[in-house]
Amino acid sequence: MLRLPKFRYLQPDSIGAAIRMMADNGPDAMFVAGGTDLYPNMKRRQQTPKVVIGLAQINDLRTTKGQLKDGVVLGANLTLSEVTDDSRIRHAYPAVARAAELISTPLLRNMGSIGGNLLLDTRCNYYDQNYEWRKAIHFCMKKDGDICWVAPSSPRCWAVQSSDCAPVMVAIGAKVKLVSSSGERMIPAAELYNDDGIRHLNKRPDELLTEIHLPAVNGWRATYWKLRRRGSFDFPVLGVAVSLKLSKDKTVEDSKIILGGVGSYPIEAATAEKIIAGKKLTEEIIREAAQAAYQPAKPLDNTDFAMTWRKEMARYYVAGTLRELAKL
Amino acid sequence: MAGNNGGKRSLRVVGKPFVKVDAKAKCIGELKFADDLFLPRMLHTKLLRSTVPHARIVHIDVSKAKAYPGVHAVLTGADLPPITYGALPVSEDEYPLAVGKVRMVGDPVAAVAAVDEDVATEALDLVAVEYEPLSVVTSIQDAYATAEPRIHEYGEFGNIHRRQAYEFGSIEAGFAEADYVREDITFYEGSTHLALEQHASLAQFSHDGKLTLWTSTQDMHYLHRHLAKVLQMPASHIRVIATPNGGGFGGKCDPFNHEIVVCKLAMVTGRPVKICLTREEVFYCHRGRHPVLMSTKTGYKKDGSITAMHHRTILDGGAYGGHGVASTFYTGILQPTTYKLPNYRFEAVRVFTNKAPCGPKRGHGTPQPRWAQEIQMDKIADQLGLDPAEMRKQHAIAPNSITANWIRIGTLSLRQCIDKVVAGSGWKDKFRKLAYGKGIGIACSAYMTGTQTPIYYNKLPHSGVQLKLDRSGGVCVFCGSAEIGQGSDSILAYIVAEVLGIDPFDIRVVTGDTDLTPVDLGSYSSRVTLMTGNAAIEAAERARHMLREAVAAKLEVPPERLSFADRRVFDSENPEKGVSFVDAVCLAEEKYGTLGTTGSYKPPAAPGKYKGATIGPSPAFSCTAAIAEVEVNPETGIIVVPRIWIAHDIGQAINPVLAVGQIEGCVYMGLGEALMEEMAYRGNRNLVHKFPSFLEYKSPTTLEMCDVITYLVEEPDANGPFGAKEVGQGPQLPVPPAIANAVYDAVGIRIDEVPITPDKVLKAIRAKAKGQEGRYGPSAFPTCPMPAAMVVPTPWQGGDGKALEGEPALTKK
Amino acid sequence: MKKVGKNGKRKLEKAHLRLRVNGEEVEVAFAPHKTLLEVLREDLRLTGTKHGCELGECGCCAVLVDGRPVLSCLALGVAMEGHEVTTVEGMAVGTELHPLQQTFAELGAAQCGYCTPGILLTAKALLEHIPRPSRDEIKEALAGNLCRCTGYIKILEAVELAAARMAGEKAEPAKETIYGWE
Ligand SMILES: Cc1cc2nc3c(=O)[nH]c(=O)nc-3n(C[C@H](O)[C@H](O)[C@H](O)COP(=O)(O)OP(=O)(O)OC[C@H]3O[C@@H](n4cnc5c(N)ncnc54)[C@H](O)[C@@H]3O)c2cc1C
Ligand code: SF4
Ligand code: FES
Ligand code: FES
Repeated sequence: MLRLPKFRYLQPDSIGAAIRMMADNGPDAMFVAGGTDLYPNMKRRQQTPKVVIGLAQINDLRTTKGQLKDGVVLGANLTLSEVTDDSRIRHAYPAVARAAELISTPLLRNMGSIGGNLLLDTRCNYYDQNYEWRKAIHFCMKKDGDICWVAPSSPRCWAVQSSDCAPVMVAIGAKVKLVSSSGERMIPAAELYNDDGIRHLNKRPDELLTEIHLPAVNGWRATYWKLRRRGSFDFPVLGVAVSLKLSKDKTVEDSKIILGGVGSYPIEAATAEKIIAGKKLTEEIIREAAQAAYQPAKPLDNTDFAMTWRKEMARYYVAGTLRELAKL
Repeated sequence: MAGNNGGKRSLRVVGKPFVKVDAKAKCIGELKFADDLFLPRMLHTKLLRSTVPHARIVHIDVSKAKAYPGVHAVLTGADLPPITYGALPVSEDEYPLAVGKVRMVGDPVAAVAAVDEDVATEALDLVAVEYEPLSVVTSIQDAYATAEPRIHEYGEFGNIHRRQAYEFGSIEAGFAEADYVREDITFYEGSTHLALEQHASLAQFSHDGKLTLWTSTQDMHYLHRHLAKVLQMPASHIRVIATPNGGGFGGKCDPFNHEIVVCKLAMVTGRPVKICLTREEVFYCHRGRHPVLMSTKTGYKKDGSITAMHHRTILDGGAYGGHGVASTFYTGILQPTTYKLPNYRFEAVRVFTNKAPCGPKRGHGTPQPRWAQEIQMDKIADQLGLDPAEMRKQHAIAPNSITANWIRIGTLSLRQCIDKVVAGSGWKDKFRKLAYGKGIGIACSAYMTGTQTPIYYNKLPHSGVQLKLDRSGGVCVFCGSAEIGQGSDSILAYIVAEVLGIDPFDIRVVTGDTDLTPVDLGSYSSRVTLMTGNAAIEAAERARHMLREAVAAKLEVPPERLSFADRRVFDSENPEKGVSFVDAVCLAEEKYGTLGTTGSYKPPAAPGKYKGATIGPSPAFSCTAAIAEVEVNPETGIIVVPRIWIAHDIGQAINPVLAVGQIEGCVYMGLGEALMEEMAYRGNRNLVHKFPSFLEYKSPTTLEMCDVITYLVEEPDANGPFGAKEVGQGPQLPVPPAIANAVYDAVGIRIDEVPITPDKVLKAIRAKAKGQEGRYGPSAFPTCPMPAAMVVPTPWQGGDGKALEGEPALTKK
Repeated sequence: MKKVGKNGKRKLEKAHLRLRVNGEEVEVAFAPHKTLLEVLREDLRLTGTKHGCELGECGCCAVLVDGRPVLSCLALGVAMEGHEVTTVEGMAVGTELHPLQQTFAELGAAQCGYCTPGILLTAKALLEHIPRPSRDEIKEALAGNLCRCTGYIKILEAVELAAARMAGEKAEPAKETIYGWE
């Protein structure tokens, strides 16, 4: 049986207590919500906190607040099932509900949290392996080693941003609230992520993610398409989140096209956004945008599927999402 | 009564959907698998595994681990007798713990027994191993090119483990007769069993010097022999108990290093010792489907009849022999059992590479050649403008015939199977008529019901059953078979109940215990129902005879007039007159003393007499036809399989609901191999397994599984119990090629290797659009020097089953 | 938590707590880094809960926590205080099998039986939530439970049959389910 290493487990019952415990324990401590990312990583000895601070008992992290007209605030520790089952979310933020619903399995969604999902460790199949396996390849720079096996000449880690909700949150312009003993800050989801497989979050380890602010819908429509091998279990090897604001005559007023799973952060397809700006989404424009959108996708050979095929699929998926939204 | 194929209507138990004897225990969580067993003072074991693919071991230092608190023993290869073992006598090339060198990442080097798994894991970190790396053999091509270093010191030469070459009839003459000849090079990727239960074993050494091992094994008997050999103990002092297997599929057939290691640790520590492997370690045990590269050159006439076939295979065997020599035979030897094949030449090579060893997985060596032939048949039909279903039907092998390689076929309703799926699927309205992107394809197969010879040479029974009856009316069946989920325990109860006219519920079944149960060779090669079933019939008939004599005397009716049914023994001419089954047993006990009977089974001799002729023959052959419907997205290459129709000639279903369940399971496994399953390695990174996990080794979920429309075709075979033939493996064979053929029907491209992944499909579609060949698959077939083939004249050449004079020795260069 | 103390002796630090498992209060002491899976199997000897990966990748270890199916291999035992845990051992009432257990047995939906406990519990939660699920809803609900033996078909049929019976119908399996098609 693959087991957890030893650690001290703390269960604060308020945000304040959680922050205090974190401050007291310093860099050896980590928060855990559903544990569906952290515990497998700990069992494989990829992450080895000495102290784990469980968030399950903090009720403030499990509420949904706000009016649809001003936007909705999701507590970071709502489970993915709670998010998808919430009829208001399904109705007003179908892309969020969809992304959450496409994560792994029903069993896992009953445990994993929306906050934990946004903070999910980047993934790479040279890294998501047991200690002994990694030892056999002499480790890699993300943990215990000093080289990147995916791109050995590269000075950086290319582990993949693999959260399904992250690209959606970026596309719809959600904000996240981070709280620590030195205060709190609210940043756009887009700013939460870095183009680096190791330092992939612009978040200090002691910061607690408390809330996710979904902006008022205000005429925007969004969708999310996920590519993976099987209809469940599997992480995205490509996720396309698109959010659009169309004028009355259906021209694109504004848009966000975000690609997940093909780089270390949710990648914005800015050229494609420019192509559709001020235009009606005809089949021709969609094709042109899709062609442009697939350029920034940088899949490498560290996930499931052949990387060239994954890159190509970006085109197909972007076209698909745009078509879906254009039909509305 | 073995092989009784009449009187079907009078069967009361056989052919009925009785609940399995262990079904409820499984559904309430009561059934104990090996890892569910706990003994007082039990220690836990972890194995230190090699982190290098090929190296000499320079030094191992276990002193720190031994001194670690909570550790009770640490073993290395030096602590065990220097005796090798392995599934087949011709390739006993494994040590329980590495001696001298390691041959793959994952080879066990040291073992720790400690108070719990945490301590054992911590102690592993304290074992220091110094390796001197050797160059690594990563692939078939590599093995051909690398004469030194050799992974093993035995075998043909270099890293060639085994070569086999046979010619039945004359392919030269056959090709000369042909209207066309084509050669196709195809590849079947390796895959693993992925049973949900991770292998687990628990050993106990008692102070009177006897050893007991509870273990998740399919082949308890062979394991028993290997334990005796390696531990140098009399087999009679070793008791092996095969715990119910949480899935086997061939993955728990080999004797495993961890099984021997826990025994040794129990002997060293005097305490019970358990091991349960992690999922990653299960990938290292492997023994799954061999990756096989094939070249199939076939001569055929305008009507699609085959005049000759030259079939060549190369197997990537991995680091050990295991069942590999048998697997090698199976990549060719059953080729002639499906369609008429008058002249056949078969050449096979198995190589060693520094990967997890391959072995028997559902269909053992035969899904690969079936793939090669079935997709080739589709190409032939296409070229000739024939309906591939009709063409197959036309050339299907005739029942009661002998093949070119001297395999006797009994009943075989392949034509009827084809008719069933053709009618059920609406084939005639769909084939080549569906819209672009949708397609339908057919494939067929035949498969053996057990092998004619045991793994080591002997003339002993393959299966034994003992019955105990006593005055309580209770009947207990003892048999050495291993229940792996296929329902073998239940089959024993059904058969004995049928013969004795009682309810299966009245019977207790004791299996899988070398102390208590007579030998059965194990759950492999689809042998269990046929062999244990026939042994059970014999034992039950002997018991019935005793009961009949005793009751006849009491009732004063001629014994032959007595019938057994509804828990009674009665005069068939005057059914009122009779006694209860309980009374019948009492009468017999009075007459004969304590009651017990035995039955045994040994397969009939096969007509082939040449060296190697013992591999392939079987008491009975099942056959299957499958039609798959697919949807291919031409823009992504993604394939969805909504439905598969499958008809299987099972002879007689002993329990139809279990038979249908086996077929559905076969379709599942075939679907997984066709579309996604793949044992992949990182050739550039120390040849580690690419993803030894449940998440990245892709296995279909409920959402990928197709609908299955199953037809049971029942053509009883004289050699099967009540006419029964196999159902556990054969139905998997036609599934991948049927899917590939359907992909061709859908988008006009040929994918000549599994898994058929979307990137390959898209590449072929693109190539076709550019006017190139719409195909994805291997194009080269490397050659290595082969021995002269053993030439065996066919029955229709007037052969006598022997090879021509001057049989060339197979093992020479 | 077990620690090696300064003098090399092992210090034991166990969490001692009260859990509700299958409707009963149990007191149990275990190392706090143990998962619910390990506590159930090793400390409570409820070995009906199986494991196939311990990483959330197979679904074998599913149990119900407050009626919801979750992966016991990724939940901490100590986090279960105050929650109601149901394992396969808690499905039958007395000698009365749960209708799902009955139909799984009838249709041979448990071949090797190793995936069965996790699937039974997941299906139980489904039927409590959606009493008459469609085939697709059942597939969705069970998409996190791998089975290598059955191809899922008998499992899906058994869930449908149990649902019908739980709704008070005198349902019998379809003829094709048992005998195949004509
Ligand atoms: C088999 C399997 C399949 C999966 N498939 C997918 C998939 O398809 N798509 C996908 O997106 N994910 C997938 N996941 C990953 C993961 O389960 C989900 O992303 C889940 O939502 C993570 O949430 P959690 O609450 O369990 O995270 P945890 O494991 O609890 O935490 C994840 C990380 O976030 C930190 N953290 C959690 N909450 C906070 C907080 N409030 N403040 C600060 N830090 C915090 C933790 O320290 C940890 O580093 C899969 C996981 C597994 C095991
Ligand atoms: S991308 Fe490179 S450095 Fe990053 S996890 Fe993978 S192998 Fe390691
Ligand atoms: S044991 Fe595999 S999901 Fe928990
Ligand atoms: S019944 Fe064996 S894994 Fe499902």
